Amino acid sequence: MGRFVSFTLNGKPVRVYVEDNEILLNTLRYKLGIKSAKYGCGIGECGACTVLVDGRAVLSCLTLTTEVEGKEVLTAEGLGTPERLHTIQKAFAEHAAVQCGYCTPGFVMTAAALLKENPNPSEEEVREYIRGNYCRCTGYYNIVKAILAAAKELSGEA
Amino acid sequence: MTFKVSPGPKLDINKANTHILPPFTLIEPGSLKELLEVKAKYGEKAAILAGGTDLLVKMKLRILEPEYVISLKKVRSELSGIRREGDEIVIGAATLLRDIELNDSIMRLAPALFDAVIVMGGVQIRNMGTIGGNLGNASPAADTAPPLLVHSASVKLLSTSGERIVPLEEFFTGPGRTVMRPDEIIYEVRLKALGKGCGSAFMKIARTAFDLAKISAAAMICVEDGVIKEAKVAVGSAAPTPVRARSAEDALVGKAPTPETFLEAGKAARNDISPIDDVRSTAWYRRRVIAPLLHDVLQKALGRIGV
Repeated sequence: MGRFVSFTLNGKPVRVYVEDNEILLNTLRYKLGIKSAKYGCGIGECGACTVLVDGRAVLSCLTLTTEVEGKEVLTAEGLGTPERLHTIQKAFAEHAAVQCGYCTPGFVMTAAALLKENPNPSEEEVREYIRGNYCRCTGYYNIVKAILAAAKELSGEA
Repeated sequence: MTFKVSPGPKLDINKANTHILPPFTLIEPGSLKELLEVKAKYGEKAAILAGGTDLLVKMKLRILEPEYVISLKKVRSELSGIRREGDEIVIGAATLLRDIELNDSIMRLAPALFDAVIVMGGVQIRNMGTIGGNLGNASPAADTAPPLLVHSASVKLLSTSGERIVPLEEFFTGPGRTVMRPDEIIYEVRLKALGKGCGSAFMKIARTAFDLAKISAAAMICVEDGVIKEAKVAVGSAAPTPVRARSAEDALVGKAPTPETFLEAGKAARNDISPIDDVRSTAWYRRRVIAPLLHDVLQKALGRIGV
């Protein structure tokens, strides 16, 4: 069985027909043209599918699409574009916080949620907040650096 | 302006992943009354979707394949929230773990629960998972259980035939099993706020903070005139259910709150647990580590008295 679901995706209203057992990640990737959120483990361990729902970081692989009815979904595409990167995205590029890139959109979205809640996080707070995102390439060092740099720039200190 | 929707893909997108959700019929009750009626009608055939961080994983791994999934989407506000009632704190079953973490009064009045919630998964899991879900899932490793046990928590269950309040100590009956009938839902969790001269804490030993506990423990102690007047100790991942460690409690009451007392209590707790070897740890290790773990958690609880 299925049904229509309406929600806001990156600031624009969408209406899409989904199956009852359809997860948000698949709706985004296969029906709505979103490619940033990734399928990693599928069982809530890796954070590669992280998107923001009403400003909160959640796992789109463990969210039924029907659950976001009426809500605001934000993905990396809505944060910035290749021409106009968001400060966090730019910081990831500038600090080489990317190797294979698979986990990056998840990290960027988690960082976006963090900086909205806590504009001046300490290194420890950053590490704590990104605990649910796995990166198997970088060892996290540059990711943490990038998030701290983005925080500085966003709060006007850089 | 409307976002352009591409026509559906040719492939069945629900089969595009390595872990696939089995098919089910989704029910979205619009009121608490309707929720109870649906649960009464479908009973064991229906699973309640609160946060999905346990249920959907179990479904993807084919541990559970419910015919119906009942979404709390439309009744979430009725089942969420944290409020004070006399010396009790009442937490709605669908309250997000993250909202418990961010609530001032939890940190002040039930610090053991705060300790537990902040080490549950990553921030994403805490933005999704609920306290009722953690208890209803009834894992021996449920992180909210030991703190709730030392805060004398009880669970209010609702069904079309009425309500009942079950002390948390009687709630779990085995791994994944509780006293809940198929027609019942968890409505709220009630716990005792810390009294004067009391402190509580929770700690877990896990491979990483993200991981499930090899063993966990919570303690609540009250000290008056240099003597422990009241003590509650609970241990997780060391028996088929989270358990109270009464031998440890007996070893504490009437003594001075010293490191020696705490270590003795930790050793005494070995009588209260029945750990097994499993994927996360061994019975041998759990029996050894419980003593220093309880020592540490009691020290932490002591340090919070009067703060």
